[in-house]
Order: sequence, then structure tokens, then C-alpha cells
Amino acid sequence: MPFLTLSHIQKSFGGTRALTDANLSLHAGQVTALIGENGAGKSTLVKILSGVHQPDAGEIQLEGQAVRIDHPEHARELGISVVHQESVVFDNLSVAENMFVGDRPRERGWVSWRTMRQRAAEVLKQLDATFDPDAPAGSLSIAQKHVIQIARGLTRRARVLIMDEPTASLAHREVEELFGLTRKLSAAGCSVLFISHKFEEVFDIANRYSVFRDGASVGEGELAASSRDELIRLMVGRPVEQLFPKTPPELGEPLMRVEHLSRTGEFQDISFDVRRGEILGIYGLVGAGRTELAQVLFGLESADSGSIEVCGRRVAVKSVQEAVREGIAYVPEDRQTQGAILPFSIASNLALPNLTALAPRGWWSAQRETQLADEWVETLKVKTANTATVVQDLSGGNQQKVVIAKWLARKPKILILDEPTKGIDVGAKRAVHAVMDQFVHRGCAVIMISSDLPEILGMSDRILVMRRGRVRALFTREEATSEAVIRAATDA
Amino acid sequence: MNASLSAASRRDLVFGILTVALLAAVSVAFPSFASPANLADVLNDTSILILLALGQMLVIVTRGIDLSVAANLALSGMIVALLNRSFPAIGVLPIICIAALSGGVLGAFNGLLVWKLRLPPIVVTLGTMSIYRGVIYLLSQGAWVNENEMSREFLRFVRWDFVELTTLSWLAIVVALLGFIALRYSGAGRDMYAAGGNPTAAQYCGIDPGRMQFIAYVISGALAGVCGYLWVARFAVAYTDIALGFELQVIAACLIGGVAIAGGVGSVFGVVLGCLFIGIIRNALPLVGISAFWQMFINGLVILAAVLLSARQRERKRSILEAV
Amino acid sequence: MNAARWLRWESMLAAVLIVEFVFFASTSPYFLDVWTLSDASFNFTERAIVALPLALLIIAGEIDISVAAIMALASVAMGLAAAHGVDTPALVAIGMGTGLVAGAINGALVTIGRVPSIVATIGTMTLFRGGAYAVLGDRVLKEYPASFAVFGQGYAFGPISLELLTFGLLAIAFALVLHYTRWGRAIFAIGANPIASRCSGIAVDRYKFVLFSITGLFSGLAAVMLTSRLGSTRPSIAQGWELEIISMVILGGVSVWGGKGTILGVVLAAIVLGLVNFGLGLLNIPGIVMSIIVGALLITVVAIPAIAERWPQARLRKTS
Repeated sequence: MPFLTLSHIQKSFGGTRALTDANLSLHAGQVTALIGENGAGKSTLVKILSGVHQPDAGEIQLEGQAVRIDHPEHARELGISVVHQESVVFDNLSVAENMFVGDRPRERGWVSWRTMRQRAAEVLKQLDATFDPDAPAGSLSIAQKHVIQIARGLTRRARVLIMDEPTASLAHREVEELFGLTRKLSAAGCSVLFISHKFEEVFDIANRYSVFRDGASVGEGELAASSRDELIRLMVGRPVEQLFPKTPPELGEPLMRVEHLSRTGEFQDISFDVRRGEILGIYGLVGAGRTELAQVLFGLESADSGSIEVCGRRVAVKSVQEAVREGIAYVPEDRQTQGAILPFSIASNLALPNLTALAPRGWWSAQRETQLADEWVETLKVKTANTATVVQDLSGGNQQKVVIAKWLARKPKILILDEPTKGIDVGAKRAVHAVMDQFVHRGCAVIMISSDLPEILGMSDRILVMRRGRVRALFTREEATSEAVIRAATDA
Repeated sequence: MNASLSAASRRDLVFGILTVALLAAVSVAFPSFASPANLADVLNDTSILILLALGQMLVIVTRGIDLSVAANLALSGMIVALLNRSFPAIGVLPIICIAALSGGVLGAFNGLLVWKLRLPPIVVTLGTMSIYRGVIYLLSQGAWVNENEMSREFLRFVRWDFVELTTLSWLAIVVALLGFIALRYSGAGRDMYAAGGNPTAAQYCGIDPGRMQFIAYVISGALAGVCGYLWVARFAVAYTDIALGFELQVIAACLIGGVAIAGGVGSVFGVVLGCLFIGIIRNALPLVGISAFWQMFINGLVILAAVLLSARQRERKRSILEAV
Repeated sequence: MNAARWLRWESMLAAVLIVEFVFFASTSPYFLDVWTLSDASFNFTERAIVALPLALLIIAGEIDISVAAIMALASVAMGLAAAHGVDTPALVAIGMGTGLVAGAINGALVTIGRVPSIVATIGTMTLFRGGAYAVLGDRVLKEYPASFAVFGQGYAFGPISLELLTFGLLAIAFALVLHYTRWGRAIFAIGANPIASRCSGIAVDRYKFVLFSITGLFSGLAAVMLTSRLGSTRPSIAQGWELEIISMVILGGVSVWGGKGTILGVVLAAIVLGLVNFGLGLLNIPGIVMSIIVGALLITVVAIPAIAERWPQARLRKTS
């Protein structure tokens, strides 16, 4: 008998139906993977399970008993704990207090710090965590903050553990550790709901799956009796080829050369070059210094030493404006806060890097703005009624296309992409990859930072592997295998 | 020891040493300054600031700001002064309760707007600040309530001495101690730090950050109300413009005392030190032969120094985390 | 959709303005006189001149609470200079220069010092006002040359005062810059999302620094006019004006969250508030009553969109 069952759950927000017919069952001692494209209703389901939202219709049963989960604290009383996608940790509080917020041990009504610290230390030991319960949570890494969230669940008897894309910002080894922990909890009888976009991880950790599409469950069963292709077919409703739209490169002279670039505390002595027509993949764990490197190349931060050459000429990129003038463009990892201005229209977003081009004498023309936007929406096939649509209302994939388009409109020579397909659906992923391929065939270059190994292997002409702020290996496309790349990224 | 607190308490310690050094420097130059009687005077002078700053700290810790404290003080002060004029027989205790109630209600009004309508605190309190001032004028019809219109009880309460310290000083000490205990050992106190540190996460833990803001505004308001009575009784006069601009000194004391405007960080000890720092400077200026008109300028310098230093410390971490 | 909404806001302001006109015209026989109205304009022009750059600053997601203190500092600087016999053109330069420097200090604190603008300008407000008190104490400066009076008391032509004309021209200039140039586009983008703007190659810090400096500069200009109109300087000059100026901007429909607003709205709001002020005077209602109205308006104005958005849109936005 399933431990937790959700049947025919419905939930609407305003006029939008987030869940139409959600069904899910979790079994004790099993890891169930929840799979679905963005917007399939996974996050809403998690929020219902964690008591943040209440369903409009449908039933939740815990051990055969119908329950209502009124608020987050109630969910925890029922034994349901959640590791949220974005780390919901209090940076200003200690590790111990973080684990007990909402349920602090008391003595005669007053918070007992001693009990709290003792119990925190016990739970952390159980999890083999190495950090101190008294450390401020703000000083921990993202992976360690996930551990705090799990530990928070363990301060009560956790019977259901929900992990909402916990690996999105984790490095390979950290994922392994997290999975070890998950298996341990599951073996102890806990039911785990694991939500991820990455099939490798799903097959690695889960026993069962449940697929969501457009707010409804469309299939569930044992993973052993299923295949990746079948899951993808369920997810998108049609089979998708797992091929990358990569055509043979036509390599030219080096476009950018970086030598001995260092920035204290982030990366040291980075040297590489990118040639015309080339896609250079940069792989590494989170914290390896990849994003920091990209930010220096784009002038967001400055290097302490080393040099950058573009087209054989040494350049100083002290500001974004200078980088842009040299033909460098950067699509950041976090498109919601860094890439796009969500409440602005597609046209306004596209105009941002092109203000001077659109208004050389300063005077603004709405017509020229729309014209430019129409052209690029067409080229990148952004799915929208018109360019006046607010970016917020687009799907993740289309948002990403807008962010890429705004830079392509500027006609850069070097495009730096930071996790270009993170969290976007399969169709949009393919489209982004195709855009990259076309871009380099115009004699330009791409530097692609990615933690998605198939993407790195499938799209890159050469692969630069970074570890702890240093270049550890440089593979050609032919040499690169997933084992070799991971080995270079983790341990020498 | 909570390590995040210990980072803050390191700061408190450094600042404490600085305050003592300031005190020592003034005392060396003017030995009379260090006399117990004079120090008691400094504390007496600073007590109202301490009470208000403690309330303000709660508001800032929960990510709000209360610019209306001084207007609230003046309005509550006027209400009790008028009451006392009309009914001189009312005892001091009912007066204090009424002042606290009036201040609490005014604070709750701020809090409700911030909590229920999610309005930006700075705009709300900027607005209520001018509304409250206007209401004083309507209540008093622009007239003053003078010493001869106040009952003896009403005036004497703040002047009672107990172990060399006035009622005013004792109130500040007691409220500071209660505040320390409540913020460290009560659930609601800890919830305030949690809600101010990460409102989203707080919500997931069953804490309503808006409600915490509301509570902070009510407490800050109630303290301002009590201070309204204390102020009117101490200076023996009530009129529309009393404590005009005092909210800035209150906020200054918080900022100097290490309360982070971004929320979640602040300690009773730091705030009390911040107030004493201002109080010592204010009392030392005439001794050193600098006109009292320099007080505000010096406060400005100290605020800027304090916020510049704390901005440097958290710049890298915050600028990325608080993107939205 | 946004344009439509804010256009509605401006039509509402215009409607309020008309109601005001009709009300005051029907209650006071003196109201509808050209010279009365000309007099009325003195009630808002100085504040409104500061409101224009402040609107840009608030749209760019920052705030400056020190504007009134900058005015006091500029006025004291001019007063001291005048006492040493400095002539009128140089006085104007000193007033505006002081404002510019003070604004640049704010800008530097925010862009280089990385201090949040509320805190930074609370600090400089105390510093500047404190500076005015420190220099002047309880003295009054009033040795201004006769020709200095023209800025606050002179008329350009007919009943149009020099102040009103300046404000009109500045309003047009600010509207053009904000709504019809790429610099205006950048200001909106910075207010809506400073990080994405920076990642799009917009020199966010430079814009902010310039906007703070301009706000200071025009506070200096307003100080010239106010000082010239009053003919004297006290350290308490323009006390509390920051509230009224910020109210003008917010009442004008500029979003306190940044990224939205129009100059037309700010101009209308300035006139609405100025007329209320003046009309109440005509009706013999004391000025402090005005502060109740301003405060209530300020809160109502920010509350209206909050209430409107709450049902049913807000919840959708929060979760999706």
C-alpha cells in the first residue's frame, strides 16, 4: 500500500490552471522520480505537498487517512519535509537554529539553546556533515545548505522527503554525496520524491517514476521496466531524438586568447584560446571558477593579472561597455534576474544592448525597436503572439531565446553562454543548440559553460575542464569521453 | 555561541571599546565628565533615545523602517497631556497605559498597511509621519499645553530617583534587558530574525514575515507612545512640533549600533551602545567648547562612517544574493 | 497594458485638478484671477523643480531623502558668500555648485561605497542639515544683493513668474529625455532590473551617479529660488520639504519599486498639490492640515495599485 497518495488534485491561480488532474503515490523505502517539462505543474505539486498552497479539489491520503495540509509547519508535523530548489536557508542564523526554526526546543516556554545545539549536532553527525552547528549558515556552500534542509526534516521523524531539483546547482561529487544520503534515508523507510530534469540522475537514484504533462499525470510505474526514450515520449507527448544539431566546424584563426588570467580567491593562471568557428566548452564543478572567469571576460569583474587578446590585439575589459565594444557578449546563467528584465516586453529587452545602435543621436524610435524585435523573434522562432508580450509571460525556453537574441542583434564576435539550457524544456534546448551552431558557422566563436555533460560532449569542439580555479585538462572533441571529463573535473 | 551572532558581537565589542575610549578621552580632558552624577545625567538624557531605538531596531530587523516614531511620540504625548489637563486626577499608571495604547494603535496602522497591503515601509511611515503631526494640530488647535496645566504627579514621575538613577534611566535599563531576553529566548523574537533574514524561507517554516513586521511596528509604536508621555513630562510642555526630526536620530542610533538595513541583523547591546555614543557626544560637546549646533553634523558623519564600513563587509555576498 | 494603466493614472490626476479648480473657484471669489493663480504657482514650483530629477532617480530604483538638506546647505553657502559681497551670478553658481557637489557625494556613496540609497541619504541629510546648523547656529543671513531677488520674485512676462517659466522649460526637457531618448530607456531598464541592465552593457553606476548629481544640482537651483524669494537664510530653510517632494513624485504615478513613471504625471501631481496648498490658504485653513492631506494621499496612492493587483492577479504572479 502506498504511504502517501494524491488523487485527482486540481489547483488554479487566477485564470491559470496549474494542476488539472494530478495523481501520485509514494511508497515507503522507495525513491519516486517526478518528471515533466517546465510548467507541467511539478512546483505547484510540491507546494501543495509542503502546505504552501491548498488544492482546489482532490484528496491527499497519508497511510490511508485523508489529510489536509494547512500550512508548512503542519506538513512537517505530518513528517513531510522538503528540500527546495532555491536554498531556503537563513544566512543570518546559525546552522543549529536553521534546523529548528518553526519548532525550537523549549524549556518552560523559553528557547533552549543548549538542547537545540545538542540535537543539531546529533542529526548532523547522522548525516556525516562536517560543519559546525554554530557556524553561520551564510558561510556554507549551496550543497551544505541542502544538507541543512535535509537535517531540518530529520529533526522530526521524516517519513516523506521531497527534493525539488536539488542538484540544479550542485557539482558532480556533491550530487554523489546527496544521493548517498538519499539512499540511506530511503533504506531507513522514508519515501522520497525526487524532482529533476536530468535523466541520468533519475535512473541513478529512483526506483519509480511519475510523469506530469500540462498539470496532469500521464504515466507512472517502475523505472526498471522503462527506458529513457519512453519517459521523454511521455513528457513531451512525442518522441524526441537525442541528437545534437552539431555540424562539422570550419575553424579559422584564434579570435580570443586568454593568458595567465587570475583573480584572487576565484581562479588562477587561466590560459586558452578560442578560434573562429569553434565552440569551446568549459566544464567543471560548481565553485570551479567558471562563472567567475566568464564575468571577468565580460568586464563585470576585473582580473588581478593576466591578459586578454581579441583578434590578436590586447584589450583591457574593465567594464561591460568595453567588453561589448570588443564584440564580447555574455548570456548569464540566471536569466530571470540577470538575463532578462521580466516585466518588460520582448522588444524592450531586445533593445537593451542595442540602445546606441537604435538611437545613434539619442532620439528613440519605437518603430525601429519593434522592427529589430520582429526580425529576431522570427529568426529564433520565439513562440509569442507579438513582440509587445511581456517576457515574464513566456516559457523558460522562449525567455532564453530572447536573451540570446538581444546579444545576437548586437552582432558579437564571441558569445559566452553560461548554462545556456539549464531548466528549459527539450524542444527549446535543441533550438538553442541549433542557434549556437549557426552562430559559429558565421565565423564567430562560442564559449559555453555547462554542467550538463551530454551537452558539453555533444556541442563542444574542444572542452576545457576547470577544477578549483585552475585549468585541469583540455580535450579535443575526439578525445573527450564522459569518464575522462569527469575525472579531470573531480580528482587528479 | 551562535557564530553569526558572534560576528555581530565582535562588531559590538569593537564598538563598545570605541565608546569606552571616547568616554575615557573626554574624561581625561574633563575629569568632571566621568563623575557618577554626570554619567547618570548622560544616561537620563539618552533614555528616551534608547527606548525608541530598541523599537526601531525590531522594525529594521524585520526589513521595515519607521519614520513616524517621532510624530507618534508627539501625538501620544499630546493626547496624554490633554487628558491630564482635563482630568488632573488620573494617575500616572493609567496615563502610561493610555500612551502605550495610543502609540500601539498608531504603530499598528503602519504595520497593517505594510503587512496586509505590502506597501513599502518607507512610504507608509513617511505618510503617517505627516498625518500624525497634522492630527496633533487638530487635537490641540495649535495651542501649547504648558507646565502649569499639568498635574504634579504627571510631572514628577519621570524625576523620581532610585539608587542615583531617574525613573527614565531605569525604564531604559529594564526595557533593554527585557528586549535582550525576548529577542534571544522567545519564539517570537527568534522568528523576527528569521523573517528579516529570509522572508521566503520563513514562510516555508510557517512564519508569516508580514505578521512579524506588524508586531514590530506595534511594539515600536507602543514604545514611542510611552516615550510621548516621558518626553512631555520631562520637558513639561506639549505642542505640535515636539521631537521634530527625532526619528533621524533614532535611526542613526540603530545604524551606528550595527543594525543592518537589509534586515535580520541587530542586537540590543549594539543599539544601546549606539545611543550612548550619541549621548556622550551630545553631552561632551559643550564641555569641549563646540557649539551644540554641531551635534547633528557629527551624527551625520558617524552614520556615514558606520554604514560605509558595514557596506564594505557584506558587499560581495549581498549584491548577488539580493538580486531581486 | 502598462502604458494604458499609467495613462489612466494621469487622466485621474487631470480630473482631480479640474475638480479642485471648480471647488476653489466656487468657494473663493478671488481664485479665478490670473494673478491669484500666478501667486499660487509659487506654492509648488521650487519643490516641483526638485521633483523632476528625483522622479528620474526613483524610476531608476534609488531615492534621495537629502534633497531638502541640500537646499539648506546651498542656501547657507550662498548666504555666507553674499555676506562677503559676492555678486549675483557668482551666488547662483555657488548655490548650484554646492548642490551638485552634495548630489555627487550621494552618488559616490551609493555607487562607489555601495551603501543603499535610503541609508546613504538619511546619513547625508543629517550631515548636510547638520552642516547648515553648525555653520549658522541660530543666526540668519540676509545680506543678499538687490539683483538676487529676481529669481524668486521676478516675472518673465505678464503673470508668468520666472520660477514658473523655468519649471515649465525643465519639465519639457525632462519629459523629452525620459520618454524619447535612449538615456530614458536605460533609466527605466535600470529601475526595473539593475543587474540585468548591467549585464546588458548599460553603465548602471554611471547613470546612477549622474542622476544623484543632477538631483543635487536642481536642489541647488531650487535653493537659489527659495532663498531669493524669502530674501534670507536660516538653517531650518526648506525643513520637511523632502516629504512633500517625494509625495509629488509618488502621487505622480512613479512606482516606488522603480521602473515605472511619467514626467507628465509628476507635473500634474505638483500642480494638484500646489493648488490644494494655496486653496486651503485662501479658505484660511492652516498649513499643517495640508500635511494630513499629503500624508493620506501618499499612502492612498501606493495602496491603490496594491489593492487592485491583490485580487486576483497578485497570487498568480507570486506563484507562477
